[in-house]
Order: sequence, then structure tokens, then C-alpha cells
Amino acid sequence: MPYYLKRFLIKQFLNNCNTIIGQNRGSLQSGQEGGFGILELSRVSKSFKLKAGIYQAVDDVSIEVKAGAIYGIIGASGAGKSTLLRMINLLEVPDSGTVTVDGHILTEMSDKRLRKERQKIGMIFQQFNLVYNVTVSRNVAIPLELAGLPKRERINRVQECLDFVGLTDKAEQYPAQLSGGQRQRVAIARALANNPKLLLCDEPTSSLDPVTTADILNVLRHINESFGVTVVIVTHEMDVVKTLCSHISVMESGKIIDSFSREDGGFQPAAVSSGSYRDQILGKAGEAHV
Amino acid sequence: MFESAIQYQAQMWQAIGETFVMVGMSVGAALLLGLPLGTLLFFYRKGQLYENRFLSLVLNSIVNIVRSFPFLLLVVALIPVTRFIVGTAIGTMAATVPLCIVAIAYYSRLVEQSLLEVPKGTIEAALSMGASKLGLVFKFLYVEARSGLVLGLTTSTISFISFSTVMGVVGGGGVGDFAIRYGYQRFETEVMAYAIVVMIVLVQLVQFTGGTLSRLLDKR
Repeated sequence: MPYYLKRFLIKQFLNNCNTIIGQNRGSLQSGQEGGFGILELSRVSKSFKLKAGIYQAVDDVSIEVKAGAIYGIIGASGAGKSTLLRMINLLEVPDSGTVTVDGHILTEMSDKRLRKERQKIGMIFQQFNLVYNVTVSRNVAIPLELAGLPKRERINRVQECLDFVGLTDKAEQYPAQLSGGQRQRVAIARALANNPKLLLCDEPTSSLDPVTTADILNVLRHINESFGVTVVIVTHEMDVVKTLCSHISVMESGKIIDSFSREDGGFQPAAVSSGSYRDQILGKAGEAHV
Repeated sequence: MFESAIQYQAQMWQAIGETFVMVGMSVGAALLLGLPLGTLLFFYRKGQLYENRFLSLVLNSIVNIVRSFPFLLLVVALIPVTRFIVGTAIGTMAATVPLCIVAIAYYSRLVEQSLLEVPKGTIEAALSMGASKLGLVFKFLYVEARSGLVLGLTTSTISFISFSTVMGVVGGGGVGDFAIRYGYQRFETEVMAYAIVVMIVLVQLVQFTGGTLSRLLDKR
């Protein structure tokens, strides 16, 4: 048997194992307490120097996200939620505190190790950030090339990912020819290419219309359920967190001021605190479980 | 004009050949060294990925100094360097040395400009995928900036053609030198006009090719 075929079969097998484990993780999520912490931010802070002075974007925040969760961070613009998300894969290096993903402390890594770890963390953006001069399939292939996957496997994997987001027929088109929702699907396929454990979403639906938003949220939920990928999503849209998330944190001026977890179909506040979003999240939580 | 065209056919072909050598070498230098230099100018710039005030200052100063020389004086000033590299300061090959140096400085600025037009989000996406520096440059930056890079090279090439016309002072030859020696200095206006027509055709060809290529490459 040629070596690439062997490699491919072994990889398929491992993938299937991952999927099965993922499914178990997914079911753990509804049985709450289970699941291990795949992501841990410990006392991270970040400030920026502005002309007006020092701006504290994130102020001593700690969060723990369990494997298989869909963790939502909601807050007004300028609350620091995007900065917090970008610290998870160190696009923004925290001034202090540690970031641990799947047992690896990213904040203590060399650049080279960090690049390897980043390949296992998918990320999607509000503005999609695709490479507009290459085709859809090449966009999905780029992360695989970066990870050094041989060409034959790359072609297969690109196909799988595009199938998954339902864009098989657009493979040879350019992003400019697609609608916003389709572009975000390409971005999702690209983020999934390297079988990430964690998917970071920075306002993924904020530039999309309501119908397309629902569509993209379905894709994200589907990824979480079928591959067991843990999702962290930052948004200012209440509907997004209410329909999608298993955990919600509310952010305000660089701090997490409130948090909830979904239990028995409704959201339960974590501690005795209150915030401006509390009524909105608890109010209709019962019907939020779609 | 036809008569002079036939009369000086051999000299003209030689002159065109010399222009091609000089411009070809400077385009090569622009791509080989100007492109990386421009990329460094971009990366070290304030607010960019590898912001570095010291290196940025050094590279910018070098580029600015080269670009502020009147070209003829640069050719003269570089004679010792040329002699060191080529072995002689006279002739077409010798003329390529100052041309290449200007080409590198000139194109690097245009490269910097094109790269600045790549959205920051694209760079972030690349980093989030774990792209190495080379991966970022070749799979993202140059791909997204490619039509600008081609247009920049087109503009540069036309400037190099123009710069190459004064290379007669060091015996570089070329179409411009032919026009001056045969047309201007021997009072053969027709020959001069003939040479100018050749230059116009050359420039049009370069601009057309570059413009078309850049348009074809742009899928955004």
C-alpha cells in the first residue's frame, strides 16, 4: 500500500475517533458538570497606550471553558470582549496573566511552538478576512499548506470542509463572487481545515442580515455537535448568545460582571451579582433553547 | 523618417538591445532586492507587525538618500563601486550598476505602498492560522497585493527606461544615447524623431502589458 494511502486511512480513523469522543463531549455538555477545561484564562490584563492616556481594555479577567461548550461573551462596544478573545490565541499578547489551551500554556511558548498551537485553534472574523485573490478552495487549502499537509490529503480535506459548509459547487469561484453569508461559510471551512479543538468567533454575524445570521449560527452549532469543537463567541447581539450558547459571560469596561450557564433549558446565573444584561438573558431564557 | 530608419537600422537594433540589457537588469534587481527591501520597510513601519524604529530609520534613510541624488550625479558618484563590481566604469554592463541601485530604492517604495493596502484583517487571519513569517509574506501579503505590485513594477520599468537614456555619459548606449549622438549632436532631426518614436512604442508596450496583467491578477 502506498504510504500516502496508509497515512490517509490512519488519519481518517483518528478523525473518526475524535468525532466519537467529540460526540461524548457534546453529550457531557448537557449533563453539565462533566468535561475538562480546554481553555483557561487566568488573571489576564491588557492595556493600550493612547494619546489620551492608558486605556485598560481587559482588566484582570479569569475564565474557564469546558470542552464541548459554546461559550458566549457579550457586551457593548469597547467593553474589551474582542481583546479578550484575541488574547486566547495571542493575537493580542496579555500584559499579565496566563492563557492555557488544552493543557498547553501559550503565554510561555516560543514563537515556533505558538505557531503550531495556533494551527489547532480556528478563528473567524466579522469581516471574514479571506484571501480575495484566490479561489474558495485555495482559501481552505492555505491553513493545510501552512501545517505541511501533503497535496493529496489537502485536496481531500478541502473537499470535506467545503462539503460540510455546503459550498462544494463554489469551490472554483472567487470570494468576491459570493454573498456575505457564503463568505463567512468559507471562513468557517478554512477555520475547520486543521481539525481544531477550539473555534474562536469574533462578531461572526455582526455584518450579516438576520436570516443569514441564523444560518451561520446553525453551522456553528452543527460544528459543535458533530465534531465536539469548543466554540468561544464574542458578540453584541443578544439573540446570538441566547440561541447558541451553553455559557454566557457579560463584559463591561474590561471586566466580566456577570455569567450564566444553561441548565435544563434555562439560564442560571452563576453568582450573586447583577448587570444590565441580566433581565434580558433570564427573561426569555426558557424559549431560547432552539 | 523611413529613410533614416533604414539607414540606421543596425545601430538602432544595437541601441534597443542595450536598452533592454540595462532595463532588464534593473527590473531583475528591483524584483530580487527591491521587493524584499520594500517588504522590510513595510514590516518595520510604525504600527505594523514588526515595528522597529531603529531599522525603519536606517532603511528609510538609505532609500531616501539614493532617491534624492540627481541621477546623473549618482552615476558619477558610483563610479568606484561600479569599477569594483564590473571591473570597468565604461560600457553597458557598467551602466547597469547605478541603474540597479536606483531601481531597488525606487521599487521598494512602491512595494511598501502596495503592502500597506492589504487589510490588517488579512494579516490577523494569517497569524491566527499559525503562518510563519515567510508563509505570511508569500501566501497572504504578496497574493493580496499582487496587482499593486505589478502596477508598481510597470511604473518603475518606465522610469528605468527614462533613466537609461542618460547612460551615454558612461558609454552605456541605448536608444536615448543613440538619439542624442546621431539625432541631436549631428543635427539629424529625423533620426532623433525616429528614436523618440521607438521610445514611445517601448513605453506603451510596457504600460499595456503591465496594466493588463495587473487587471487579470486582480480578483478582488
